[in-house]
Amino acid sequence: MSAPLVTARDLSVRFEARAGLWGARGVVHAVEAVDLEIQRGETLALVGETGSGKTTLGRALLGLVPLHAGSVRFEGQELARLSQQALRPLRKRMQTIFQDPYASLSPRRTVGQTVGEALAIHGMGTPASRADHVARLLRRVGLSAEMADRLPRELSGGQRQRVGIARALAVEPAFIVADEPVSSLDASIQAQILNLLVDLQGELGLTYLFITHDLNVVEYLADRVAVMYLGRIVELAPVDALFAHPQHPYTEALLRAVPRLGTAGTRTVLAGEPPSALAPPAGCAFSSRCPHATERCHKEVPPSFAAGPGHQVACFLHESSIREPAA
Amino acid sequence: MSEPLLHVSGLVTELRTARGPVRVLDGVELSVAPRQIVGLVGESGCGKSLTALSVLGLLPAGARTIAGEVRFAGQDLLRAGAETLRRLRGARMAMVFQEPMTALDPLFTVGDQVAEVIRAHGGARGSSRALAVEMLRQVGLADPERRAGQYPHQLSGGMRQRVAIAMALCCAPELLIADEFTTALDATVQAQMLELLRSMRAERNLAVLLISHDLAMLSQLADEVAVMYAGRVVERAPTAELFRAPRHPYTAALLACIPSLSPRAAGRRAPLPTLTGSVPAPWAYPTGCRFRDRCPRASSACEVAPVPADAPHMVACHHPLEARLPAPAIGVPA
Repeated sequence: MSAPLVTARDLSVRFEARAGLWGARGVVHAVEAVDLEIQRGETLALVGETGSGKTTLGRALLGLVPLHAGSVRFEGQELARLSQQALRPLRKRMQTIFQDPYASLSPRRTVGQTVGEALAIHGMGTPASRADHVARLLRRVGLSAEMADRLPRELSGGQRQRVGIARALAVEPAFIVADEPVSSLDASIQAQILNLLVDLQGELGLTYLFITHDLNVVEYLADRVAVMYLGRIVELAPVDALFAHPQHPYTEALLRAVPRLGTAGTRTVLAGEPPSALAPPAGCAFSSRCPHATERCHKEVPPSFAAGPGHQVACFLHESSIREPAA
Repeated sequence: MSEPLLHVSGLVTELRTARGPVRVLDGVELSVAPRQIVGLVGESGCGKSLTALSVLGLLPAGARTIAGEVRFAGQDLLRAGAETLRRLRGARMAMVFQEPMTALDPLFTVGDQVAEVIRAHGGARGSSRALAVEMLRQVGLADPERRAGQYPHQLSGGMRQRVAIAMALCCAPELLIADEFTTALDATVQAQMLELLRSMRAERNLAVLLISHDLAMLSQLADEVAVMYAGRVVERAPTAELFRAPRHPYTAALLACIPSLSPRAAGRRAPLPTLTGSVPAPWAYPTGCRFRDRCPRASSACEVAPVPADAPHMVACHHPLEARLPAPAIGVPA
């Protein structure tokens, strides 16, 4: 196997925050001790509920938030050790597509200005060649070149998301973090955008980190899936293995909770809500809601155990069945 | 089949726009029987929420219902006075929305707010507080005595939605209209809310009109699903049948777009089927069938709006897909 495109080792991100407007100050453990490798050309889906740290992990992998501990390497280079100047060519190789195409496009810039801006910033081409490049990009994402003169408010939600994709592609990235890119779109438009993302990946060899809470999308799109709970990756597996044989009790609960067509409705309802990241429980983060939790789970954080080929699970239930912990 | 609790027919609601009045709802047909959960599904702007607001007589300024009939427990709501409507809302029919903060006042404790609803509908002052705590317990709020003394900002999204449901249900209404009420919640919390609706139906004989864009969610909860497109109900059928054998080309297309249903025979990522174009703006609805510009089966007959026959599986289409016989052993959602 070739070297991974992105490698995170023991990655932690913490923020200072208050619990509510007048609450006590505290430290949010947004991402805790994450080890992750993303291979070239794959789609890794990152799933989890609100506040589980999905978005923060995505931003940390792009070098956009200060790390509390650990490291992120992109094509072998450790981001935190690079100067701003040395980072610049790497930034071109990593781009983001956001959930809300309304919020991520400047209302006063035309589509052409928005897409062309990144080219200008990175000094790509001449002003005249940039206009051509923008027109090609717009056509590539399924928009007409005339759209370059439009303002975001003149576009539909699906068209705006296509503009967001064109902007990300402008600088010819290798790695794209797509943060809930189809969540705010209606079903019929969502399918169009998913098809576009798959086409682009095949054509340009893109690597995706696809952040979503929609398991129907994950099953369709992902090669591998990482499940986050309260800042930690609790399970990591090839997509088929995860859906067929989820190993972590949280993954199992999540798969049962998300309504999916073609499956009978299950009635297993997980009690309670995720605890606050300001006051995570001791031991396993899921222990406060886990039906299988033992005394040990409330005290010790479980390491990752191998549960099958490329399948890791951070749960003591899997310690006895497997001889050695995963590296 | 019992007499419907809510019966909507030929509902036309107009919106005043800069381009003149637009019929955003044009002949909506809908029925909810006692204890029935009916799903109303469709894409943004199809008129789902406006249908609910028309039923409740809570239309925003600029919108008005100009034709049709809305009967609730035999009463004609469109011709009822404001006072009659006000007494019905809350007492016999109630509503919960996507964002529970629209129903909650940030300046009062949640216990006070539930108690106020009880008093407004004739509950005694002395007992209303105890009833409020009991109601919060029934909707599954953990530690209800303590929570009743807290303000909305001290609760999580899931807890707030439980409080909003407690307020909606505290006068034991017969009908709950729930508009995207789990959309903002996490999956495991959404599952809890759906379980709560099931148990409220079982214990309190509650009927629910469940408005959502989430077909998968409706497939597991609703007895019957009505599909809206551009201000009309284009298909309505028992849930298992609608998902197994949709007859309106729009319903079929909507189901085909859902990733998990797409065939994965040739490896993953066979392109998802998509609909051409997008939902037209209300002032650009075509005459006749409003789906015909995007429909693969459209013909010149579609220039005239189809009139659906009143049948258990209703479809408003000149060229519906064939009805398919049921396969043996279909799971029927409860």
